[in-house]
Amino acid sequence: MRVSKPVVTLDQVVIRFAGDSGDGMQLTGDRFTSDTAMLGNDLRTLPNYPAEIRAPQGTVPGVSSFQLHFGDHHIQTPGDAPDVLVVMNPAALRANMADTPRGATIIVDKDEFTTRNLSKVGYATNPIEDGSLDSYKVHALPLTSMTVGALAHLKLTRKEAERSKNMFALGLLSWMYHRPTTLTENFLTAKFGKKPQILEANLTAYRAGWNYGETTEDFAVSYEVKPAPMEAGVYRNISGNVALSYGLIAAAEIAGVQIFLGAYPITPASDILHELSKLKKFGVITFQAEDEIAGVGAALGASYGGGLGITTTSGPGIALKSEAIGLGVMLELPLVIVDVQRGGPSTGLPTKTEQSDLLQAMYGRNGESPCVVLAPATPSDCFDMAIEACRIALEYRTPVFLLSDGYIANGSEPWRIPSVESLPEIKVNLATVPNGENGEFLPYLRDPETLARAFAVPGTKGLEHRIGGVEKADRTGTISYDPANHDFMVRTRAAKVGGVKVPDLVIDDPSDCAEVLLLGWGSTYGPIWSAVQVLRETGHNIAQAHLRHLNPFPKNLGDVLHSYKKVILPEMNLGQLARMLRGEYLVDVVAFDQVRGMPFTTEQIVNAALEVLNV
Amino acid sequence: MSEVTLTKKDFTSDQEVRWCPGCGDYSILSAMQSFLPELGLPREKIVFISGIGCSSRFPYYLETYGMHSIHGRAPAIATGLAVSRPDLSVWVITGDGDALSIGGNHLIHALRRNADLKILLFNNRIYGLTKGQYSPTSEQGKITKSSPYGSLDTPFSPISLALGAEASFVARTVDSDRKHLTETLRAAAEHKGSALIEIYQNCPIFNDGAFDQIKDSDTRDEVLLRLEHGQPITSASHGVISDERGLLEVKPLSEIDQSQIVIHDAHIQDPTYAFALSRISDSSLEHVPVGVFRDVERAPFSQLVHEQIDAVIAKEGKGQLAALLNGGDTWQVE
Ligand SMILES: Cc1ncc(C[n+]2csc(CCOP(=O)(O)OP(=O)(O)O)c2C)c(N)n1
Ligand code: SF4
Ligand SMILES: [Mg+2]
Repeated sequence: MRVSKPVVTLDQVVIRFAGDSGDGMQLTGDRFTSDTAMLGNDLRTLPNYPAEIRAPQGTVPGVSSFQLHFGDHHIQTPGDAPDVLVVMNPAALRANMADTPRGATIIVDKDEFTTRNLSKVGYATNPIEDGSLDSYKVHALPLTSMTVGALAHLKLTRKEAERSKNMFALGLLSWMYHRPTTLTENFLTAKFGKKPQILEANLTAYRAGWNYGETTEDFAVSYEVKPAPMEAGVYRNISGNVALSYGLIAAAEIAGVQIFLGAYPITPASDILHELSKLKKFGVITFQAEDEIAGVGAALGASYGGGLGITTTSGPGIALKSEAIGLGVMLELPLVIVDVQRGGPSTGLPTKTEQSDLLQAMYGRNGESPCVVLAPATPSDCFDMAIEACRIALEYRTPVFLLSDGYIANGSEPWRIPSVESLPEIKVNLATVPNGENGEFLPYLRDPETLARAFAVPGTKGLEHRIGGVEKADRTGTISYDPANHDFMVRTRAAKVGGVKVPDLVIDDPSDCAEVLLLGWGSTYGPIWSAVQVLRETGHNIAQAHLRHLNPFPKNLGDVLHSYKKVILPEMNLGQLARMLRGEYLVDVVAFDQVRGMPFTTEQIVNAALEVLNV
Repeated sequence: MSEVTLTKKDFTSDQEVRWCPGCGDYSILSAMQSFLPELGLPREKIVFISGIGCSSRFPYYLETYGMHSIHGRAPAIATGLAVSRPDLSVWVITGDGDALSIGGNHLIHALRRNADLKILLFNNRIYGLTKGQYSPTSEQGKITKSSPYGSLDTPFSPISLALGAEASFVARTVDSDRKHLTETLRAAAEHKGSALIEIYQNCPIFNDGAFDQIKDSDTRDEVLLRLEHGQPITSASHGVISDERGLLEVKPLSEIDQSQIVIHDAHIQDPTYAFALSRISDSSLEHVPVGVFRDVERAPFSQLVHEQIDAVIAKEGKGQLAALLNGGDTWQVE
């Protein structure tokens, strides 16, 4: 379908779809995102939904939203504030007005603005009519009745017909921003192919929304956003959880080992379990365990058998797994622990993002129990870091934490698909013959380079031996309570993890003379990068560096930190990495913290940086 | 595998055994070392995984692969191993505290799934390693260090628990009866899927004599009800009969007719009968059935897991990494 109205070209747009949890806002956002990705725009997304599956209808806590930022240039955040807010009911308006700047476009389903719905969220008068939205561009449309009208020819109840109103809205927005329609049509056909009635309803509503934009006088212009310049290649849009799942599969393929995922469902990590469960054709074993402890235990058992044991969870699950992870440290077996962090403590904010499990991953076990800790920076980086986690786990025989979070797990971005040949190598090197001077097998004899111990899996003839959580003698691995041996083994395990080879920290400073460094780790990469661009455009010299390896740190980190007058460190916790850096390098980093369950906005980081830059 | 002829010595590791003198664990270890050659498997194909407790030291003393893990988690760890390595023979060694307190959840779920594990539960009705606190199988009122005025907890039966958890093989034996113990190990080894064997084990240090009635030659034959498939269930003095409601009762042989005595059938699919048998002995150990309570066929977990993977591959083809990465909606940037 082609748009005939006048076209205005924009360089970027932030759209937020908001409605009741039952209104299908996540699907609407996902579809708009896929269509946008296909047009070659760069983009980032932020799904934001309540913890309750069906929170009370029409209430503020029940509002679900999806924000998408797309543009003709590099985009690294879902946008600070919406340019266009689509609201399906008064609760959605109530919940999102504070974030919406004056002058923004608001598209409203006015059918839902009934006295009853208004009073549910405390509106004494109808904001569409009482002038309170005068400083916005408001399009109050009868979305529900237009949808029902468009579907009149189908034998549907009103309730059934109303369900397609999100598709009407999607059609309208697709018209406004010239999104292609074939993808969504194909998607709907694949999804509802077996239910012709529902398929027909959704397609009809979607096209009706598009046609409405084309014919109504309410919308005088439409917009286009040119493709962003991107490196040549084949792209797809990908969320962090899917990228992470694919990274695990890729690592297992490269290493030639079988994946065993032991997991217990928990938001926002469950989607990795769901994704891998679909991929049995790769020989993946997925094991939905009776609890988190069994999940990690079974994964460890599979690793002991020569597989790649993986366990996926969120903060509360890590708390339960701690003892078994300690066993992994002692047994020196490969183990990948994925923590998709969410707001804590306790159940906390299950569907919101946070970075507050760093210290738990680092220190949350009894004894001196070092683990490797990694953190992906963006949704697509989850792919690379999952491979890196598996590589380190298999080559060094150690538990490795991968700290993702709710924001990058559910958020998505375009990803240049790598060729299989370009992926890194992983060498497992299992022991197959005795390694002792007298023809015996010494399971705790180490590779002098990596300090990884000799690993013989059950089934290997002649290398039968016993391992366990009790302290072991160096080399032989037999039980040892000898004080000197324990001291040696504790230090050796620490040295092994401390000696894992990680790439140096890369500094981005086009001026080459910045005195302030903006440092980050994990999912704060996007807002920090965007803030740095803004600061540089306004004449400030500022350097940026991002840690993806948190234990061990890159070897050059100390020198880097000491070479700046000030180091600013935004974190979605109360300064956990700041504490580690102060302890390790005696550098008084300027911690900038927030725990609001939402990623930083670019503006917040710009302002925090300006406070330091302007002194 | 028939070329492999190993002996007890081949399965004895060089580690010094460190249980207290007279501990029942010694006789179980010795019986196991003697039995293992019967499996007809090379040593490297056998794995013992234990939790924590005196009994859980067991794997160190066997010249096979072995893991001494953490408290209560052995069934979970072993499930991961057994599922990913169906070529191995995987044994779990656990205690009454390890399996029934801290690890109760893993035990019931391993049994429910029918994971390919032979689980040996050493029941000494006490926490041995932590020096004598009451356990989930200790009798109510037991005086221990942590219950100087008597324990208040009602004990439960591992056999009843296992049956409630859909276990496909459940048996009970006694540490001191080497012949019966070995027969029970053999039956468990032949079973496909999970097998739970409760082994009454004496702890001479913290719970000495807990099983004297069923061990002493003067009382033993009166107390033990030996379960043999196809045979009437009797002790020297008593027989098991079924009342009009289908419940099982133990009556003096003098009061009942031989024809009334229940003929043991371990292969009944419905666990109700085996459960009724498991209720005959309460913690007073007046009448104690030993032998195989239940032995029914059910697809083992690893078989199901691998059949499913094979079926998916047969239908969808083997996964291709490049195709996976390039799946979904893609676009080309020149
Ligand atoms: C997480 C944890 N909690 C507590 C302990 C202490 N602990 C070790 S063994 C044990 C009880 C063992 O009893 P049981 O399983 O009956 O084994 P037994 O020693 O009697 O053979 C306890 C409480 C532990 N090792 N780990
Ligand atoms: S404390 Fe009891 S169970 Fe433990 S080794 Fe000594 S006798 Fe055996
Ligand atoms: Mg015990």
